[in-house]
Amino acid sequence: MPSIVKPAIAHPSLARNEIGLTVRDYEGAMSTLCAGCGHDSITAAIVRALFELSLPPHQIAKLSGIGCSSKTPTYFVNGAHGFNSAHGRMPPIATGASAANRALTYIGISGDGDSLSIGMGHLCHAMRRNLKMLYVIENNGVYGLTKGQFSASSDVGSKSKKGEANTMSPIDPVLLGLSIGATFVARAFSGDKEQLVPILKAALSHRGFALVDVISPCVTFNDHVGSTKSYKSTRERLMAATESDFVPHASEILADIAPVGVTNVMMHDGSVLRFTRLPKDYDVTDREKAFAYLKAHPNEVVTGVLFTDESVIDMHEANHTPDVPLVSLPYEVLCPGSAQLAELMEEFR
Amino acid sequence: MQSSINDFAIKLANVNGSGSASASSLIMQAIFRMGVPVSGKNLFPSNIQGLPTWYEIRVNKNGYTARALNYDLMVAMNSQTYARDVKETRPGGYLFYDSSWPLDASLLRDDVNCIGIPLARMCNETFREPRERVLMKNIATAGALIELLNIDKAIVEELVSEKYGRKKGLRESNQKALQLGGDYVREHFKCPLPFHLETMNENSDKILIDGNTASALGCVYAGATVAAWYPITPSTSTMDAFKMFCEKYRKDKESGVNNYCILQAEDELAAIGMVIGASWNGARSFTSTSGPGISLMNELLGLAYYAEIPAVIIDVQRVGPSTGMPTRTQQGDLITCAYASHGDTKHILLFPSSPAECFEFAAKSFDLSEQFQTPVFMLSDLDIGMNDWVTPKLDWDDSYRPNRGKVLTAEQLEAMPKFNRYLPENGTAVAARTLPGVSSKGAFFTRGSGHNKFGGYTEVPDEYQEVMDRLLRKHKEAAGFVPAPIIERRAGARVGVITLGGCEPAAKEALDILAAEGTPLDFMRIRAFPFDEPVEAFIMEHDYCWVVEQNRDAQLRSLLLIETAATKEQLRPVLIYGGFPLSASHLLDVIAPVLRKESEELNAVHS
Repeated sequence: MPSIVKPAIAHPSLARNEIGLTVRDYEGAMSTLCAGCGHDSITAAIVRALFELSLPPHQIAKLSGIGCSSKTPTYFVNGAHGFNSAHGRMPPIATGASAANRALTYIGISGDGDSLSIGMGHLCHAMRRNLKMLYVIENNGVYGLTKGQFSASSDVGSKSKKGEANTMSPIDPVLLGLSIGATFVARAFSGDKEQLVPILKAALSHRGFALVDVISPCVTFNDHVGSTKSYKSTRERLMAATESDFVPHASEILADIAPVGVTNVMMHDGSVLRFTRLPKDYDVTDREKAFAYLKAHPNEVVTGVLFTDESVIDMHEANHTPDVPLVSLPYEVLCPGSAQLAELMEEFR
Repeated sequence: MQSSINDFAIKLANVNGSGSASASSLIMQAIFRMGVPVSGKNLFPSNIQGLPTWYEIRVNKNGYTARALNYDLMVAMNSQTYARDVKETRPGGYLFYDSSWPLDASLLRDDVNCIGIPLARMCNETFREPRERVLMKNIATAGALIELLNIDKAIVEELVSEKYGRKKGLRESNQKALQLGGDYVREHFKCPLPFHLETMNENSDKILIDGNTASALGCVYAGATVAAWYPITPSTSTMDAFKMFCEKYRKDKESGVNNYCILQAEDELAAIGMVIGASWNGARSFTSTSGPGISLMNELLGLAYYAEIPAVIIDVQRVGPSTGMPTRTQQGDLITCAYASHGDTKHILLFPSSPAECFEFAAKSFDLSEQFQTPVFMLSDLDIGMNDWVTPKLDWDDSYRPNRGKVLTAEQLEAMPKFNRYLPENGTAVAARTLPGVSSKGAFFTRGSGHNKFGGYTEVPDEYQEVMDRLLRKHKEAAGFVPAPIIERRAGARVGVITLGGCEPAAKEALDILAAEGTPLDFMRIRAFPFDEPVEAFIMEHDYCWVVEQNRDAQLRSLLLIETAATKEQLRPVLIYGGFPLSASHLLDVIAPVLRKESEELNAVHS
């Protein structure tokens, strides 16, 4: 409902972060999604995570494709540039944007239609490049804006609102990511903000591409009996495999608790992902174990940070780009000049 | 037979993948260094090994560089194509063949002189390795041609040394093979042939370069930092060259840091998406592609157009539709680029005619794209892009600074009451943009969905139309900034010839021939779309104009009909679209009989 405008002044008692901003500074326009939409809960978690990380709004870039999920970048961080691109094409846009300016924090918001159908190739290749960004899939198993068609993440047997059962096997973005080499893979539930916020913060600190699949029920087209992506079905099958805190500075944790095995994962930027719960024999840095665990729990909605690998270089490292953004290089540095050209011409004789 | 110095054409018929290209380019380069005007056309198949390939060389002291189609010497080294190759030799011309085997019956022609050389036999006797025997057969052929055509042997020696300087074995093999061929023809035939070369001094300020290399260099000099692409013939060498030049000029030798980023995308949808993303962030970014890539890019080109994001697209055109003929040339993407993407769109197109213009226009594309915040297409083609052209040396004006268009700084934003993305000052056509990472005050939501002049989402007809109408004004305004047409007038001309791109050499040669026959025609080469006023004026000042282009559907003519006041009667199509570069005779075959008839009719009226 765009006619409803949020008050411009924040309450003086609101907490301020390290750069003196309140949580209100990370909010955006009023949501125009359906009341109760899981996506709005994710938006709230993103606002919280960004506020807690004290990121300057103008250093954030929000990108999306097309669909209900892709509308949500307008609902957070008003002070950040946003790009609502084309259906499925957000990963390439983000790739080019990052190539030009590596200094920004890239947040991509996508849906299961965007990421698992029309733009799945792009998602896969963004993972291959290890493009440094937070990539959220707001996964509801249904096409909302076109009113209720199955998406590629619909489970076999899951029923549409009209009662039709899906027969094709689902594409699971987490298994997809694990299988093709994604370096940070997590799953969460939009209804569990406590778990989601630290996952998002860890993802934003990851060295490369951070895939966060968030099951986010569609209250209008996929919340009925017989749907496996309804609030009820998701809640019943939720299984938090891992639970973790995000500790922004390693010094804070090293001071009180000594690292124990892999339960503390040092992120590339010096922060620490501290696991307070891990299944027996689970190793979040072991791709095969994560894969096996998911295969062993086919009927549960397994959540948590499921895999991370901080050792893989990102796209910029692979391309040996400078530490400063390419856009900041002055033209004089980029143009070889007429004398060089004159010299070069002799090679074409 | 009359001797003909520095005016002849030869065609070398070979099997693809047999190493013939190095021999052909050796001859081409040697002629160039002799200071003689020359052009080479590589007519190659979409294949790595086995299919027929030809290389044509035309030598012309007057500087005509279009294809000749009338071969004085046919070097028939491919049994698959003997019959048609022999047919293409002009009466009284020469046929060069490998006499290791009995003469093929299809090679016999009473009016053609045969030059048989036992190339395979000599190479088999001289070289041991099978691959070497095949490769050196080409070099031995070159050795024979050097004698037959009187190519300067010192220059050839110099080229071989430059090429194989450090590889002693290869250099010696090449020298040996050159000598084999040369010695044999000297002993068995009268050398040189009646048509042959003599040193001139026409190339001292010139280079031999292909358009793709020149385009890439233009991108480097324009300051492009992000390039995204998907491999496709015939544009691939553009990005290869861009990479080569970036490694030369943009890489810090000590740290290995690259002041550029080249992204090989998963497909062309992604390639243009990356360009748009990089340009959105303020980088100069481009992609190089060909027709099939343009088809895939259509979706996001509309986004860039509507959201007003710069993007430079180098389209090295090949033969369509569909996969078409990937290694053959055409000008078939004019309409699809002019109006690329669904809905009402219009783009800026530049039409270079030579590698020199590829260099100039590639750089210009970035200025136009940023000035008008819109995609700019540079439409090259396979002939310009992949063939070596004799071109004036490229030069660069060091006072050049990029035109980045209207981009607001943090300070400018701070001084503004409010930033509105699509609201230009004082009714101008282009609004200032902001870049991410600069200031929260400049933040807005870039979108391909309906938006009003403030950048907000809209579904209100008036608000939508207001933005769309300004986009149209913007496109019209660009006409005054794109390269102007090249117009050459002849006294007494009542009919004009309009063309574009690589048709120029053939068209100008045809016009010279017609003028010499007493039929002067005016000439206009269009260099960009949107069309500026002189384009329409040229059409209006002639009885009618021929529109010469390389596609079936008269796409330039169609654009002129849509975008100017010209009528169908005023524009007559001349269409050559089989996939090979043009010859003057292609034009003359169509135009000359009509002009002759018109002149007869005119005389009949007067008599």
